[in-house]
Amino acid sequence: MKTGEQIGISKHPPDGQEIVSERRAQKDPAWVQWSLTAIALVVVGVLIVVPVVNVFAEALADGVGVYWKNLFADPDTLQSITLTLSVVPIALLANVLFGVSAAWAISRFSFPGRTLLVALIDLPFAVSPVVAGLMLVLIFGLQGYLGEFLRRDGYSIMPYLISTLGAVLAIVGYFLFRPSNAHARRGLWKHPFLVLLVGGSAVFGILFFVQDYWTLWPVHKSLKIIFAFPGLVLATAFVTFPFVARELIPVMNAIGPEEELAAVSLGANGWQMFWHVTLPNVKWGLAYGVILCNARAIGEFGAVYVVSGHIAGKTDTMPLRIEKLFQEYNLPGAFALASVLTLVAVLTLFAKSKLERKAPSVVSVPEANHTGGQV
Amino acid sequence: MASVNRRVLPGFSLSLGYTVFYLSVLVLLPIAACFAKASSLSLDAFWGAVWTARARSAYLLTFGASFVAAFSNLFLGGLIAWVLVRYKFPGKRIVDSIVDLPLALPTAVGGLVYSSLYVKRGWLGRFLVPLGIQGAYTRLGIVLVLVFVGLPFVVRTVQPVLQDFDPESEEASSTLGANRWQTFYTVILPALLPALITGFALAFARCIGEYGSVVFVSGNMPFKTEIAPILIVARLEEFAYGEATAIAVLLLTTSLVMLVLINWLERWSRRYENR
Repeated sequence: MKTGEQIGISKHPPDGQEIVSERRAQKDPAWVQWSLTAIALVVVGVLIVVPVVNVFAEALADGVGVYWKNLFADPDTLQSITLTLSVVPIALLANVLFGVSAAWAISRFSFPGRTLLVALIDLPFAVSPVVAGLMLVLIFGLQGYLGEFLRRDGYSIMPYLISTLGAVLAIVGYFLFRPSNAHARRGLWKHPFLVLLVGGSAVFGILFFVQDYWTLWPVHKSLKIIFAFPGLVLATAFVTFPFVARELIPVMNAIGPEEELAAVSLGANGWQMFWHVTLPNVKWGLAYGVILCNARAIGEFGAVYVVSGHIAGKTDTMPLRIEKLFQEYNLPGAFALASVLTLVAVLTLFAKSKLERKAPSVVSVPEANHTGGQV
Repeated sequence: MASVNRRVLPGFSLSLGYTVFYLSVLVLLPIAACFAKASSLSLDAFWGAVWTARARSAYLLTFGASFVAAFSNLFLGGLIAWVLVRYKFPGKRIVDSIVDLPLALPTAVGGLVYSSLYVKRGWLGRFLVPLGIQGAYTRLGIVLVLVFVGLPFVVRTVQPVLQDFDPESEEASSTLGANRWQTFYTVILPALLPALITGFALAFARCIGEYGSVVFVSGNMPFKTEIAPILIVARLEEFAYGEATAIAVLLLTTSLVMLVLINWLERWSRRYENR
């Protein structure tokens, strides 16, 4: 198990602060320096800078007024922006929850199969986005393994799902707020299994009854996943799955459990310890992971493309809308939308380098490595 | 230490349980479904889907273009890493940050802009097209956009290794009479080799699965500019789920092998570290 110390500790000093060596043996002749620098700048310029500038130039080619109209006058484009803004936060939240809990389990405890678990977290990076989308279609699609079950006549799964979710949340809450010290547990805190059984089923029953009795909103809906909103969320969550966890595990490993042990020994319960000790310690690492995850989630194309079904004005996210505009030869419209996404990407880079400078020891894991191994 | 924690720190079963649950539902189950669906095909059907002439040319293009792109990145990325670590120039910090742009920029945007840059009236196409270089809707276009997508991987794997490189070995080489080129070739390059290979493999793996950017620049003509992920989507749109899955399984297996290979490479390149 090498994850911790080796990834966590900064392998290179933060940007800009490194000392360019003045040793003579490392010095190249001036003409070599100049020509290599020039070539590198040309490569970066042609491959990266020119395209970025081109996006804005094309978007603004017909003036600001047209640009504005392209963005906000087309209802489908507007809808794609709203859709992206609602899909991404949900996927992000799911992955943050997962990332925190995975990092906690992996960095604080040892258990059999830990190395395997770390390796499995990387798995979605190895899967082509299109294949990821296909896999979801195979499960939830009309002819998929669960397709028939999800849309059986007269049978709607929503109340069960929501009630289960409520029960699970209640149980999680119970464990979070239970006093960590066995001596401090009184009353209900003393009997976890009883509470689990009775409380869980009570919450489930009450929620189910409430939904059924007052016929609240989702009751009579069958759950449509593919070609609908939940599918987009699932696809996005799949593709961005490893980002937060991969960022947090090395950070938490490097920080070590001492402060948390102290908090618990002073009587903090799980929630207090997490909120007052763990979270402040890892906040920059978490922010870093969230930024990367967010950028990828907003831009995700392949997986979302497969599960969305391209219902105009309904299931087109921003990248999908760009593709549709491109197919319709509406290039100004496509570039207008693309410029928004480019702006997000540039802001992401800006925030990233700010964070790298702010907390170098926490976040300076070379990013490319996130996409492959380092297990 | 870590095993003691379990009795003291809260949340072991909760966090591990949730982690395993979420991982299984979101990742393992879909992958299993993919393999299950493929195994429900008969061997003939599987072979018939995977090994058609159209599919073969798609594989050839996917792997060929990815290889060329990753190989170019080896040089371009290595050069950029070298310049960023060794030389001083104004704006270096900005260049260092924008190298990551291909990771942050949505692939659809990359594809869109690359398709417009290299057409006849585009910013770069107006110089290249008269020379007979067609960088849009051709195989060259696919390679170009894959170079863009894979560039950060090589830079970011080589950069830290170069930064940690021990200056004494260079000095030794120079005092022993080697010139700068000999030093680079015999002292520095072998030390960088594992990082270069890892970066190459990462870029290659990313390029194989790439879809969003290629779909814009390629024109998607079967036998000519159709890559494997595009073929999968085409099969899906014909509702040929079995065939799509068969091709997907092939692609999936390749990328899983790549993942294992990359892990092994990284471990191999660090084999002297913990002794």
